[in-house]
Parts: sequence; structure tokens; C-alpha cells
Amino acid sequence: MNYIWCGIVLLAVCFSLFSGHIEDVGNAVFTSAQDAATLAFQMLGILCFWNGLMQIAKDARLTEKIAKVLSPLLDRLFPGIRLDSDAKSAVSMNITANLMGLGNAATPLGIAAMRELKKQDPHSVTASNDMIRFVVLNTACIRLIPTTVAMLRHEAGSEAPMEILPATILASLLSCAAGLLVARLLEGKRNA
Amino acid sequence: MRNFGTYFLLAFICFVILYGLIRRVPVFDSFLDGAKQGLQTAAQILPALVALLFAVQLMIASGITEKLCDLLSPILAPIGFPAEVLPLCILSPISGSGSLSAYQSILAAYGADSFVGRVASVIAGATETTFYAVTVYYGAVGIKKIRHTVIAALCADITGFLLAALFVRLFFD
Repeated sequence: MNYIWCGIVLLAVCFSLFSGHIEDVGNAVFTSAQDAATLAFQMLGILCFWNGLMQIAKDARLTEKIAKVLSPLLDRLFPGIRLDSDAKSAVSMNITANLMGLGNAATPLGIAAMRELKKQDPHSVTASNDMIRFVVLNTACIRLIPTTVAMLRHEAGSEAPMEILPATILASLLSCAAGLLVARLLEGKRNA
Repeated sequence: MRNFGTYFLLAFICFVILYGLIRRVPVFDSFLDGAKQGLQTAAQILPALVALLFAVQLMIASGITEKLCDLLSPILAPIGFPAEVLPLCILSPISGSGSLSAYQSILAAYGADSFVGRVASVIAGATETTFYAVTVYYGAVGIKKIRHTVIAALCADITGFLLAALFVRLFFD
């Protein structure tokens, strides 16, 4: 991440010298910092809300139940959490939110799951195999109902806003599988 | 169809609360207990978000993303990938709001039911803002060495883009 970040910043600055966008880039320095604060602030309430709702589900042992249903899948995907019921519940809540297209909920629940995964090795600053798989799963999220896209298509005058659904589900499913496969292949080189 | 997501969301929330009531959980206290954690999480991800948005917005403002589109389109044309959706592909891993506006402008320019419009729709529906998720998830728990996460996630994204074009061709032509 170190190199990627430095690379992007330096490249952008150098490139702007040639493309004549120096002013834009200069402005972007400050607007980006403001945007980040705004974004975090917007997320604050949503984070609190979903963490709160999640706590109810946890106390009512609802999460355990959902985790049990998803267990066969979870054990295969995340071998490291087989015996860790807290991590399992948190991961399964995030997957449920993703499947239902509750994007707002998926991130807070995903962070909660990351916290549980981190507990397995609290002092490590290196991502575990399970963490990587989990993040990859979320970046290529499987979403059953792409509500935002359907809405925008409807607004753009589409005859059938949902006609892209099968293609979307298949594409996201397979891209997810590709991501997990690559993650799996690269795990062997673990040096941490 | 528009309201489907809303119904689902509200049904889910009611379900959790009712389930808690039936199980005799002190629902309100539980909620406050959990909500406290949200505060801490938001504070933890802010530095990572500043770093991410800084890099992303610099990149977009510098015009690099446009240049990248110009460079890639001749390579992609022979395999049947429409160059018109490239801006969306390049923005979608790095910026959620950027890719949304790229998507909207594609719909406006080519129509939602055109080949380009459909491919863009599948891409918009099937991908997430990769770098945002990586930043937020790892930032929240203080992970610094992320090993092969980015490579695997980008492979997933690229697979998604190519399959979007392929499936739209298969399903609609």
C-alpha cells in the first residue's frame, strides 16, 4: 500500500505538469481532505446505527442462527474461523447484508467482522489469509438485487430496468470467484 | 421496483427488533451498547480515508485517468469490449461517486437499453469501490501489511468487466 499510494500521488503530480491540470490538482489537495471528513461524518451515524442493530441481533442470538445456516460455506471460504463463533457470526451478517443489497449495512457489519478476525492475532499488523479473502469477497460483492442501478436505468428511460439482473449476478459471482481463486493461489507465498 | 430495497430494509430492521423482543433482549440498551462502537470505528477510519481520497482525487484531477482510457481502448477493441465504458471501469475501483457519475453520463449519452448502456449497467451493478473497501476495512483494525489483497481484488474487478461485455453479448444479441 505504501508504494501504491506514493506512486499514485507522485505520478499524478508529474503528469499534471505536462497535461496543464496543475490548478485542478492543487485544488484537489484540499477538497479531498474535506471530502474525506464529510464522508467519515456521514458514515458516523450509519456506523452507529448498524452496530446498534447488530448488537440486538447478537444479544438475541439471531446472528448465531444465521451463521449456522451459512456455516458450510463459511468453513470452506474461511478455514481460520471454523472454531470461532463470534467471527463466524460477524462474517455471516456482512454476507447477508451484501446479498440483500444493503450496501449501507454491509460496510459497518464488515468492519465488525474485521474486528473479530483481528482478535485471532491482536498484535499483528499483517493481514491474515482469512482477512484477505474476506476483503476480496467484499470488493467483488455478490449483490442479488442491484437497486441503485435499476433505479438509474429506470430514470434513463429503460424499457426493462431489471433485464440486466441475470448478467449482473453471473458476472459478480464469477468475478468474486476469480478474486478468491487468485487470493488462494497467492497465499502460498506467505512470509509473515 | 424502486421501493423494493426500502421495503426489504425496513422489513429486516423490524425483524431484528421483533426477534430481540421475543427473546426478551433489552432491545434499546443493546442498541446503545452496539452504537457506541460506531463512534470509535468512524474515528479510526478517518485518517485512512483522507489518504485515499487525496490520492484518488489527485489522480482524477491530473487527467491521468483520461489518458489511460485513450491508451487502453485500441487494445480492448479487438476483443469486443466497448471503449465507451472504459472511464467507468477505471473509476469504479477507485471512486464510488466518480464511477456513479461516469455511469450516469454513459446512460445519458447512449441510452439505457443500448449495448454500451447494458454493459455499463452490469459493471455498475457487479462491482464495488475496491480501494475504498480495502482502505476502510484495514484502516478500521490497524492492519498495515495487506499482502496480496489488492492484486486479488483487481483480478476480480477485471474479470467482472470482461464478463459484463461477454454476458451482455450472449444474453441480448
